[in-house]
Amino acid sequence: MIRICIIYDKIRFEEKKIYNKIKEKGFDATLVDGKSLIFDTESSKHDPVFGDIILQRVISYYRGLHLTYCLEQTGLSVVNSYNVSEICGNKLITSMVLKKNNVPTPKTTFAFSTESARECMKNLGYPLVVKPIIGSWGRGIYQIKDQSMAEMLLETRQDNDNSFSRIYYFQELIDRPSRDIRCIVVGDEIVASVYRHSSENEWRTNVAMGGRTEEAPLTSQLQEIVLKASKAIGSGILGVDLMEDRERGYLVHEVNNTVEFRGASAVCKSDIAGAMTDYLVRRSTK
Amino acid sequence: MKKDCKDCGAELTIPQDSMVGEIITCPDCGTDFEIISKNQESVEMKEAESVAEDWGQ
Repeated sequence: MIRICIIYDKIRFEEKKIYNKIKEKGFDATLVDGKSLIFDTESSKHDPVFGDIILQRVISYYRGLHLTYCLEQTGLSVVNSYNVSEICGNKLITSMVLKKNNVPTPKTTFAFSTESARECMKNLGYPLVVKPIIGSWGRGIYQIKDQSMAEMLLETRQDNDNSFSRIYYFQELIDRPSRDIRCIVVGDEIVASVYRHSSENEWRTNVAMGGRTEEAPLTSQLQEIVLKASKAIGSGILGVDLMEDRERGYLVHEVNNTVEFRGASAVCKSDIAGAMTDYLVRRSTK
Repeated sequence: MKKDCKDCGAELTIPQDSMVGEIITCPDCGTDFEIISKNQESVEMKEAESVAEDWGQ
């Protein structure tokens, strides 16, 4: 029997759904708390707890990334891989990889000090969008509308001793409807596509920010761009987020590594957790 | 299953289908607790990690 190990640090709707689906399909499922794991340079892949394939669902980016590295070093197969996780978890790298692979993506500029960020914003003009390069759920994403807001941002970032607060990610503000699109990709298949409508008095569309989901039609153009983005990142189980620019069409702005799908599963008929299980079985080493 | 909040003493309801690793939030004070063990008769919880900047999907 194929054994699938889910590594978590907090059980959300998604981990529970996937765990139950694996068991429902007749495979062996194990939940392992990533916070409890210990590795050393002698660690081997013979620990049976990790089974034939590992699904990495750790919510902390750095914890998940480093755990994945340790697991891969012992010869274990992890979905998503270290390389995919690293690209997805860092918005700067995601933007660069998408652009390099000719995936339509918003124009984004990076600066690496307070002074260069000030100069950068002055040259780009307002409004513009600033995002933290690490993080999720719409946190720390702001529209910078004028010079005074720019100075507030710089001051706030200077007061923050987080190493990444001095790395600035500025993105053009896209002229789009008050929604974006989330596509859930499993291998080379898109298993769900939803609109995420922003809530009242909120421009961000994240479900964590109160965004509402609705099933979105999967057009051939959308399909092509999403699969191209997934391939560029390295493939796996991914959440590809797109905006609909009124002139340029679809623009991919983010790819998620431990994709949440509670909102999508509420409005889509497809069996998202089932598709993930089937993919893990196909990828298993057994 | 019921449990008292370690912070404020309010009564926490632990859903029947909850699993180890799930977070239970106190309805009164908002403290998050992680379920660390659970069986038919009892449930053990500890205060959950707070949301960090690198948390997300």
